[in-house]
Amino acid sequence: MAAKDVLGRAGEDRAARYLEERGYVVLDRNWRIREGELDLVVARPGELVVVEVKTRRGDGFGHPFEAIDDRKQRRLWRLAVAWIAAHPDQAQGRRLRLDAVAIIGPDPAIAVVEHIEDLR
Amino acid sequence: MSTARTWAVALSGLDGALVEVEADLSNQRPEFRIIGLPDKALAEAVQRVHNASANCGLVLPRRRLTVNLSPASLPKHGSAFDVAIAIAALATEGAMDSDSIAQTVHIGELGLDGRLRPVPGVLPAVMAAAREGIGRVVVPHANTAEASLVEGIEVVGAVSLADVARWHGAEVEDRHLDPVPAPVSADDASRAPELAEVIGQRDAVDALITAAAGGHHMMMSGPPGAGKTMLATRLPGILPPLDDAAALEVAAIRSLAGDSVSALSRRPPLEAPHHSASIAALVGGGSRVVRPGAIARATHGVLFLDEVGEFAPSVLDALRQPLESGAITIHRAGVAASFPASFQLILATNPCPCGNYGVRGASCACPPIAIRRYLGRLSGPLLDRVDIELGLARVSVAQTAAFAADAVTTDAAAARVAEARGRASHRLRDTPWQLNARVSGPWLRDGPLALAPVVRRPLDAALHRGSLTLRGYDRVLRVAWTLGDLAGRASPTVHDIGRALFMKKGITT
Repeated sequence: MAAKDVLGRAGEDRAARYLEERGYVVLDRNWRIREGELDLVVARPGELVVVEVKTRRGDGFGHPFEAIDDRKQRRLWRLAVAWIAAHPDQAQGRRLRLDAVAIIGPDPAIAVVEHIEDLR
Repeated sequence: MSTARTWAVALSGLDGALVEVEADLSNQRPEFRIIGLPDKALAEAVQRVHNASANCGLVLPRRRLTVNLSPASLPKHGSAFDVAIAIAALATEGAMDSDSIAQTVHIGELGLDGRLRPVPGVLPAVMAAAREGIGRVVVPHANTAEASLVEGIEVVGAVSLADVARWHGAEVEDRHLDPVPAPVSADDASRAPELAEVIGQRDAVDALITAAAGGHHMMMSGPPGAGKTMLATRLPGILPPLDDAAALEVAAIRSLAGDSVSALSRRPPLEAPHHSASIAALVGGGSRVVRPGAIARATHGVLFLDEVGEFAPSVLDALRQPLESGAITIHRAGVAASFPASFQLILATNPCPCGNYGVRGASCACPPIAIRRYLGRLSGPLLDRVDIELGLARVSVAQTAAFAADAVTTDAAAARVAEARGRASHRLRDTPWQLNARVSGPWLRDGPLALAPVVRRPLDAALHRGSLTLRGYDRVLRVAWTLGDLAGRASPTVHDIGRALFMKKGITT
């Protein structure tokens, strides 16, 4: 596994822990189809949240959230809808939302976590 | 706190309107947008604010920033909003005193290094802010002197964005930057040209003093080399110095035209546009940003049109409305800008295209039709507004020697003009006018100070003969009053009427 993928993996672990501490249940991780991949799918009562996780060692290349552009956001929505189609029973009765989590720091396990709810 | 607000000023002509700059931080992907009818230069503020903040050690919030310029329907132009946008944006997250920011107007353009660059129009903008009751304005360091000309508002000159932020209570490290210098503009502090340098031409100097004393528009006709331009450039020197309000207005227009203004000049301006000038150059124009033209820059001063026969007739006719109303309103798609335009008009022309018509010892090569066509261009409504018509001849050798000794100096002429104007404004104190040239015809003819029939006789005769129109009759009366004022008489005599008549009919065509 390349270094950037190790970092990404560690960042996703950290994001999952962060969300679990806030009462979310992780339903799925790294769900992959031909169109792309969802990092995290989590849920709370009434809420179904697709989370994009961005991990950076520092902000020398811009803030992680700046890497999520309109195209990426549209693709996430398409994937989210595809995930619901594949898991109708888990999605039942929950409202879909798109979140972004940024992990900034050299060691993802203790780095700063930023969370944007409901990307628009 | 996720919103912050401060103030800027949008200019339309000389009128400034306060614009509230509101920044909102919402928890979304980083983005920076400006709404509220910005033009291209203003929309580019996003880049300047980004880089200037970074280079000043200030951190812009990494979330969606929306900056709204309100009232949103008013079109806004240019880069003078940069500082207000930057401060509002930084204040959404940074530790700055929100009350201090909300009570301050910020004017200035940002350089990428974070320094504040001077902008045109600071003076009218600060005047607008003071009029709206704002207590404090932050301007670029190079515009400090200009902004300080306005009374009743605290002016803070800032070198960089970091200075402004620190001034509002932010903790920023102090990196010493050299202030951006003001643009160098032509210095007019030198003395006015001296009237005594005009040799001979005694009649012309007298006519010039009369024009200055009464505010009369004047037309000079004479061969090349007779001294028309020389005379016209000496008029501002003998006009009374501008009062506070007029000097501020003149400075505001200069500031708007992009000149740097550091002190109030009391000398009335002189504008001498070239005869190839377009209507837009003369009255002002531009597509989105309306800039003042020559007549606005000549307000409270002199507009000198040399070789007036060479101007396009349409350009000359554009002068008629401002001559009547003392103001010009320019309409463009979406904007209407008003400028003051109360100037004294001085026209100069050759008697014919070759310049030698009627000159003793020279022969004119122009066919009669060319002579008629040449002066025919400025017939009608424009000439109707000219009170003094002056025919100039070349100075002969005898005159240069005889009159050099007792030439009238600028100071002596200015003193006479000031005295005559004082006399006129005292006499006209119960009327809306201050200058003889502005007094209405009916008031002159039938008002409380109407002249006795004996005095008026030469004028009435000219009217009956048909050599004078009723409008011309009024013009001669006005000049006669000015001549009386200059001579220190309570009212004009037959002699003054005669001279005024001569001045009105001075050019033979």
